[in-house]
Amino acid sequence: MNRQKIHTDPIHYNQLTKQVSPPSKLGQGLLRSFWVGGVICVLGQVIADVGTGLLKMSTTDGYCLTAIVLVFLTAVLTGIGVFDKIGQYAGAGSFVPITGFANAMVSPAVEFRREGMVLGLGAKLFTIAGPVLVYGISASVLVGIIYAILYH
Amino acid sequence: MATRRLGQQTICLPMKPAICAGAACVGPKEGEGPLGAVFDRVMEDELYGQQSFELAERQMVLDAARMAIQKARFRESDIQFFMGGDLLNQIISASFAARELAVPFIGLYGACSTMSEGLCLGSMLVDGGHADHVLCVASSHFCTAERQYRFPLEYGNQRTPTAQWTVTGAGATLLSLSPRTAPMARITHVCMGRVVDLGVTDANNMGAAMAPAAADTLLSLFEDTRTAPTDYDLIVTGDLGQIGRSLLLKLMLEQGMPLKENACQDCGLLIYEQEQDTHAGGSGCGCSASVLNGYLLPRLQSGELRRIIFMSTGALMSTTSSQQGESIPGVAHAVVLESPVEKGKN
Repeated sequence: MNRQKIHTDPIHYNQLTKQVSPPSKLGQGLLRSFWVGGVICVLGQVIADVGTGLLKMSTTDGYCLTAIVLVFLTAVLTGIGVFDKIGQYAGAGSFVPITGFANAMVSPAVEFRREGMVLGLGAKLFTIAGPVLVYGISASVLVGIIYAILYH
Repeated sequence: MATRRLGQQTICLPMKPAICAGAACVGPKEGEGPLGAVFDRVMEDELYGQQSFELAERQMVLDAARMAIQKARFRESDIQFFMGGDLLNQIISASFAARELAVPFIGLYGACSTMSEGLCLGSMLVDGGHADHVLCVASSHFCTAERQYRFPLEYGNQRTPTAQWTVTGAGATLLSLSPRTAPMARITHVCMGRVVDLGVTDANNMGAAMAPAAADTLLSLFEDTRTAPTDYDLIVTGDLGQIGRSLLLKLMLEQGMPLKENACQDCGLLIYEQEQDTHAGGSGCGCSASVLNGYLLPRLQSGELRRIIFMSTGALMSTTSSQQGESIPGVAHAVVLESPVEKGKN
């Protein structure tokens, strides 16, 4: 029976799949993420300069202000349903700066609010950002221990 | 001895159950697509006047079901089986809609193959004399599927070129042996598909995961009924999308049963324009359900299409199985639909 062949050759099928599946557009993706990411970083620098210059803040406070403003803007854009479109366009450009982290926190909050404040919002808030926090904090602890052993 | 079986997988329905009516209710994006005008109802927004997307999907199912019953000039109490399903955990859209209808309910899960799975089972019930009137439904909603299978709606991630867009839509089809209106089509054969898995693990390339199952079911149907692709005006697959459709054409060619490019269409490609940024096309139970009821049935009724194969395709994975690294099994069920219009030439 010839139709049994369909069951027997996953390797050949894998090659067929690769032939017809279009790859991601690398050049376009890089270009878009470069300019959007660049604009976000320039905006961050402007906020920092305004903080340290006009508002006469210390450098640390200026950077703090940058983070606060960018996170706030992202939260608003996520809430009004604009940020996901920016993300779809820019990819890593909007994902890598602090804006990506803010979006990863706010979007589950918006999404799961309907399941209640505790089991919805509370439990699902870290579904996307959780892994980043777990491994980010773990890595920093590890690096901290190595640093302490080597230099103290 | 089962007398209505043909070969390994196909069942012949000598009574040719009629499709009395079909109704489709879709979301705004589908309404803007090329088939927008053929659907019975296009929702103004994704919430459809409800408190949540889950409630909106349920309401779509209910509205499509009631519209189909009304079009066929039946009453809800005439329906003897209400069968259907959706993509949500514990198929809540179908079962909660059934709560409103107070009709014996058979819940189905065949992932995106649910519409044709329902038609297969429903027409067998009718043909076997176990029911006079059966209502089959299937639905999906972009916003409910996204949150269950992928990410929150507002999360700014990038979709891969092979990804498909879950259709917001519900379709209902009423089957009967004694229609009160001119039938839209008749079901002559059904072919229940086997689960086929050729090791595709990419949950963003479901068309590729389902294409082998589609090919397998088609080959069985042709073999069991001793027909060839040229015996059908159209072979319509559920939601293979661009990639799955190309793969199906390639597989069928390799098996010596080439399909003609223009006689093989996919609901996932019919429902959206290229410009709607859905990448490889539409998917979801509601994709084939709405295209069948809104677009294909009227064309069969008018006699524009004489005989077609309607085959929804399903990817039977869950988020758990995907995360545990399992490949994606596919399934496809086919029904042969004939136009009620008799014409001189074959």
